[in-house]
Amino acid sequence: MTGEMRAQRAGGAGGDGGAGRHDGARGHGGAGAVELARRAADDILGALAALSAGTPGPAPGSAGAGSAGAGEAIAGRGLVVDSPPGAGKSTLVARAALRLAGAGEPVMVVAQTNEQVDDLAVRLASLSPQLPVGRLSAADYVQTERVARHPRVTVGRQPADLSGCQVIVATAAKWASLTGDAAWPWAIIDEAYQMRSDMLLRIAGRFGRALFVGDPGQLDPFTVVRTERWTGLPWDPQVSAVAVLLAHNPGLPVRQLPVSWRLPASAAPVVSEAFYPFSGFMAGTGPGERSLSFQAAGFGAGPADEAIELAARDGWALYEMPARHAPRTDGEAVAACARLAERLLARGAIAVSELAPGGRPVTGDRIAIGTAHRDQARAVRQALRDLAAAPAGGAAGPLAAELGRVTVDTANRLQGREFDVTIVLHPLSGRVDADEFHLESGRLCVLASRHRHACVVVARAGIPELLDAHPSREPVHIDVPARFPDGWEAHHSVMAHLAARTVRAW
Amino acid sequence: MNAVEARLDRLRGSAAPRAHNARTISALASNPGCARRAVMDAAGVDKQRVAAHVGHPAPFGQSQFAITRGNAFEAQVKAGGCAQLLRLLRERLRLPIPEVSYANLDDVAGDTSNKVRHARTRALLARAAASGQDAGTLFDHPLLRLRAGGRAVYLEPDLIAFQLRGRFHVVEIKSFAVIDGQADGGKVAAAVIQSAVYVLALRDLLAELGTGPEAVSDEVVLVCPKDFSNEPTAALLDVRKQLTVLRRQLARLDRIEDLLAQIPQAVTFDLEPDAAGVPRRDRRALELAIGAVPARYTPECLETCEMCRFCREEAAGSTAALGRATRDDLGGIDDIGTVLELARGSVPPADHQAEAAAAIRAAARMRGEILGATG
Amino acid sequence: MSVLTALARAQAWQAGRAQPVATVRHVHVAPRPFVFVPLALAGEACAPLAAMAGDDPADPRLLVVAQPRNRTQRFAFAAELGRELLRYIGGFPAGGAGEEGAGAAADRGTAGQGAGEGGEGERAVPPDAPQVWLPNRAGIGFTRLLGRSTRFRRAEGEHAVDPVVPVLGRWLTFLAERSEHPGSCLMLAATEALALHWATGQSPAEDLNLASLIGWIDPPAWTDGREAARAAEDPLAWPPAGPATDPGFDNEVLARLIAACDRAEAGGGEAARAKAALGEALAGQLEPAWRLTWRAIGLLRALPEGGHVAGRWEADRRAFGWHAAHLRDGGPPQPRRDSAVAAARRLDSMERAAASLAVQRALDDPLVMAEHRLAGEALAGRVTAAEPDRVITGPSGRRVLRPLVTVRTHDPVSVEPGTVLAPPGRPNQHARVESVAPLGARGAGMAGASGASGASGASGAGAGAAGETEVVLELSGGMGQRLTPAPGSVPGVGDWVCYATLRDEYQPPAGFPEPEQTPWTHGGPPRPYEPTDEDAREAWS
Repeated sequence: MTGEMRAQRAGGAGGDGGAGRHDGARGHGGAGAVELARRAADDILGALAALSAGTPGPAPGSAGAGSAGAGEAIAGRGLVVDSPPGAGKSTLVARAALRLAGAGEPVMVVAQTNEQVDDLAVRLASLSPQLPVGRLSAADYVQTERVARHPRVTVGRQPADLSGCQVIVATAAKWASLTGDAAWPWAIIDEAYQMRSDMLLRIAGRFGRALFVGDPGQLDPFTVVRTERWTGLPWDPQVSAVAVLLAHNPGLPVRQLPVSWRLPASAAPVVSEAFYPFSGFMAGTGPGERSLSFQAAGFGAGPADEAIELAARDGWALYEMPARHAPRTDGEAVAACARLAERLLARGAIAVSELAPGGRPVTGDRIAIGTAHRDQARAVRQALRDLAAAPAGGAAGPLAAELGRVTVDTANRLQGREFDVTIVLHPLSGRVDADEFHLESGRLCVLASRHRHACVVVARAGIPELLDAHPSREPVHIDVPARFPDGWEAHHSVMAHLAARTVRAW
Repeated sequence: MNAVEARLDRLRGSAAPRAHNARTISALASNPGCARRAVMDAAGVDKQRVAAHVGHPAPFGQSQFAITRGNAFEAQVKAGGCAQLLRLLRERLRLPIPEVSYANLDDVAGDTSNKVRHARTRALLARAAASGQDAGTLFDHPLLRLRAGGRAVYLEPDLIAFQLRGRFHVVEIKSFAVIDGQADGGKVAAAVIQSAVYVLALRDLLAELGTGPEAVSDEVVLVCPKDFSNEPTAALLDVRKQLTVLRRQLARLDRIEDLLAQIPQAVTFDLEPDAAGVPRRDRRALELAIGAVPARYTPECLETCEMCRFCREEAAGSTAALGRATRDDLGGIDDIGTVLELARGSVPPADHQAEAAAAIRAAARMRGEILGATG
Repeated sequence: MSVLTALARAQAWQAGRAQPVATVRHVHVAPRPFVFVPLALAGEACAPLAAMAGDDPADPRLLVVAQPRNRTQRFAFAAELGRELLRYIGGFPAGGAGEEGAGAAADRGTAGQGAGEGGEGERAVPPDAPQVWLPNRAGIGFTRLLGRSTRFRRAEGEHAVDPVVPVLGRWLTFLAERSEHPGSCLMLAATEALALHWATGQSPAEDLNLASLIGWIDPPAWTDGREAARAAEDPLAWPPAGPATDPGFDNEVLARLIAACDRAEAGGGEAARAKAALGEALAGQLEPAWRLTWRAIGLLRALPEGGHVAGRWEADRRAFGWHAAHLRDGGPPQPRRDSAVAAARRLDSMERAAASLAVQRALDDPLVMAEHRLAGEALAGRVTAAEPDRVITGPSGRRVLRPLVTVRTHDPVSVEPGTVLAPPGRPNQHARVESVAPLGARGAGMAGASGASGASGASGAGAGAAGETEVVLELSGGMGQRLTPAPGSVPGVGDWVCYATLRDEYQPPAGFPEPEQTPWTHGGPPRPYEPTDEDAREAWS
């Protein structure tokens, strides 16, 4: 019973006890991290192979990562892999697909957006140039250049068009729209925590076994229909595919990728503690392995320069503006976001990392500004255009062009993306009160985990007080596992870390 | 802390302090930003009486039918040494509970004083905790204590605790129905946070005895009638989230001095009852005293706080009184009059209002254009 | 919610009267609706205490349960309500099966297999359908539970009940479920229907009180909305509109009268008098809500109907026809909970309905469209230039009619060149944005090539409200077959026009597996629901 209780409570966060937990692994790590990540990946691929063969077999080198799940995996029909931000999820998906296809098992790969499908198709084709990769697409799909470049990627409307392909990639929506009863022994479902369970219902008949890969810390799927009609049902169509899968298959092993290759040593512990309280992960690089420096000094440095310098040193900075209730598109906060991006570019930030030991300029396309709402993103884009039209420093041409390359988008649309430096307009900045949307832990998690080097959070003062004053009156439902982390708590945790890294803008 | 206690006593005046219970503690989380409520609760003020005296009694009442039903259900579940409860724990939740005994801690040899009852609770639980694995006892109505607002308060004992494999579990019996596996989310939430108060209090008590917090499970058992029957059913509920919230709100309540420091020394909510207990306090004076402590009114208060009608009256004309979403949509501008002046463009917006004002003016223009000038 | 509705609330507070947030009626109002005002006994899951029901405002049927904990009396209440409701529903021929009323299904057996829900079969759509009004959403919740507690009962066997009881349960379940379907009007809550059309000077939480809401919308001549709404909170003057009773009434009146009924029953005498006293007291609690619900219907009926309301009502009529046929064919009662496939299908259907409703309301109602204009998803303004006869060479080399119109607007425009818009009311016409140019004085730094940033409160909106924007649109489609536009199909200079990104497009239902094909991820095929004796004799205490 207790085991059952735990599995239900933990929800997606690791139903199989020890496997995939690295309680001692918070922190960061160099060679240890490489080894840990390799073992975890090998363990997962080994478990897949064993599942595929249908016979119990030891998962090689699984001692460190815990092998309790290997035996269960044989009995089950699949495997769930939780991947924290930047932990090599896409690589795992590609390697798993190739491993299965190599063993003669055709694989359907399910992604959530066309862009993700293109990414995966290209990655698969690059990893194994001999393997023909199929890309299923809707009638109105326009082939992207990167897909066209790969001769081994074939685009088709129907599986029949792709008969030579052992691996076929398509969006969930495309898989769901197929007619006929074509089926695959294996499916790999990417971003499974962002897929709604009703979508899984539509495609699950097409595969025998499946590997579900995703990041449990990001945003939950969404519906505009407000009803409690299905609340508490194990097959609630409004929850994530993984939640429903595990509710029906509590024995299914859940593994974890233990190392984030994206987040720097300054960010991994913060993000791990706030958003992955039960599993934890470590940074792939140690404290000294990455650095951010500036080519130009900040003459008469203002608070914006102070903030980016602090972030360059420490990995984080809170650019704090005077407390005030403001509309969503708070003009000052929006301008501050744009201004910080401009200072980063004008100062010629250089990022040194294991990927670029000699340093690489942080160009506009390596910077993202993240917001909670679309209108905020629009306002920031406008502010960037305004700056580009009349940049303060006067170095109009190249700087203006770089400003135009900065990515500005909402948390939803930044999911899965990676930058050197991010500037985050805090979801609670300027608000009178917090609500479910703005407190959602997944939103803050996405915003706070896109960067390889540094993250500057822009907010009006008063967020900790706002959180303290937040009434706790969310309904609780029977048979619905409590969601962890709680957004309120995660916000507190992040603000606590930022408190000592505050630069006042006034 | 004595100065604080003295100050709180003065605020309350001649009345005896209201006893805390799990409901009042959990209410800390329902509008934690409200200084008025925090101060009145910390002082143990009878808010219902105060509200009534200033002419705004809270619209709360409980039907005797609901009370009867609740009591009958609880009695039924506990009858015969909790026979139904045990069956549920074993069958429905499949807990391997051995033979158990039942200890009712309602009174100690006829002594119903809190002090005696708490001592007895403490002694029994200490013995159970020390005996290791399964003491096999259901503890009914244990009297627990919790530190809140700088003082220890006794909690009305409205629970059963039992021990299984060395861990205590809290059982909460409620009379709202679970129909086809679903119950009212608001009622479950209230039950869960009350249970969390007990979990916290139990942990406090065991901590005094040198036992760690893991000795009390953060999963509680909720017992409710099933479907349309009197048959009980049980569910396990995770209270970890609620524990975090409560811990933080209790910690804030311990900093009540900060709030008290901002209130004029002379303020008191004393009703100045005469010999017959009839309040004689000048109504206007009491209103001023209440007004001296800032409130944070939202329409949700109408369901949770005895002061709600008074605060609503006070908040009339503010955008907060129109609801959170409305206030938010109006860019956080506090005053309805200001909103309408900005809408008409009859006053220039202050710098910090410029954006909100622009949106309001655009909306006003559209409404005018569609509904005619009178809109 | 939006700044538009928020402003309307502020205006309502100032004016002392609710302000319109719709210019047309977005719900269907039946010529002969049925009003149901239930009261439940406090503390119980679903113990009917009394109800007023009927389709004649002047002649409500009062139903009273003298001892709400008595099972026999509960079923008697259900049977009586069932006869009243089925008489009403029976007045609507339910399509496809001759002229026979749906209520006749009450007399049929329960053998055979039903068609189930959702099959988009070619059944004739019934010409009309019943419409049931409750005072509020809680009333619909009570209806759902009453349906749940009665639909599994059986007319024969050990625990036999009046045959009308399970039929009532199935209709109540159908209606309550349908009320969750976006845009459906088979069962409505008066508070929700009113709140869709008026904003009051109080909070949405307080709008849940029907008396107070109507106090704002239609205050008595001698006072204003604020006063009327406050007065409506006095439970002595305005008892709550159910299903929960006023605790004061319970403790001071009801307990005594129920006890008197019990005593009279036991002692044999005085029974009629005790019951009459109880009935009178309960009628006093119910009558205000009964009258208010009819007033709500009247207030809504007075509004002009929106263009798409009839279309949505047709979907309701079709659903009514299906359910009537399902009953007639002896189909099983609705299960306790949806299976995996049924849940997913229903969610899909609800999502499509919600999307369609949102677009249709905007197309029908300029006040709703204004929300989209504020969000930058639509724009309205005056035509300052038009080139109606412009003909260009299309991509295929053919000469095509592509008129240009220039619209000058105050709206915060966020559409970019290349965006395709559509004018409400001309579903076949497209308008491609050619250029967007801000005019007049703009705030510093606001001169963006593609206009001010968008939505409510955007930093550009301030300057945008002072300045204007000129948008050039290229029209195509909906202008006839020739190279000159059909009369009236292209706006002229000085015309007031609106273009929006919204489009009411039919979305086909998503494909789901058959229930017996439910995959392992969702628990595998469910056992089909078989009504059991257990269900039929379920305790209702």
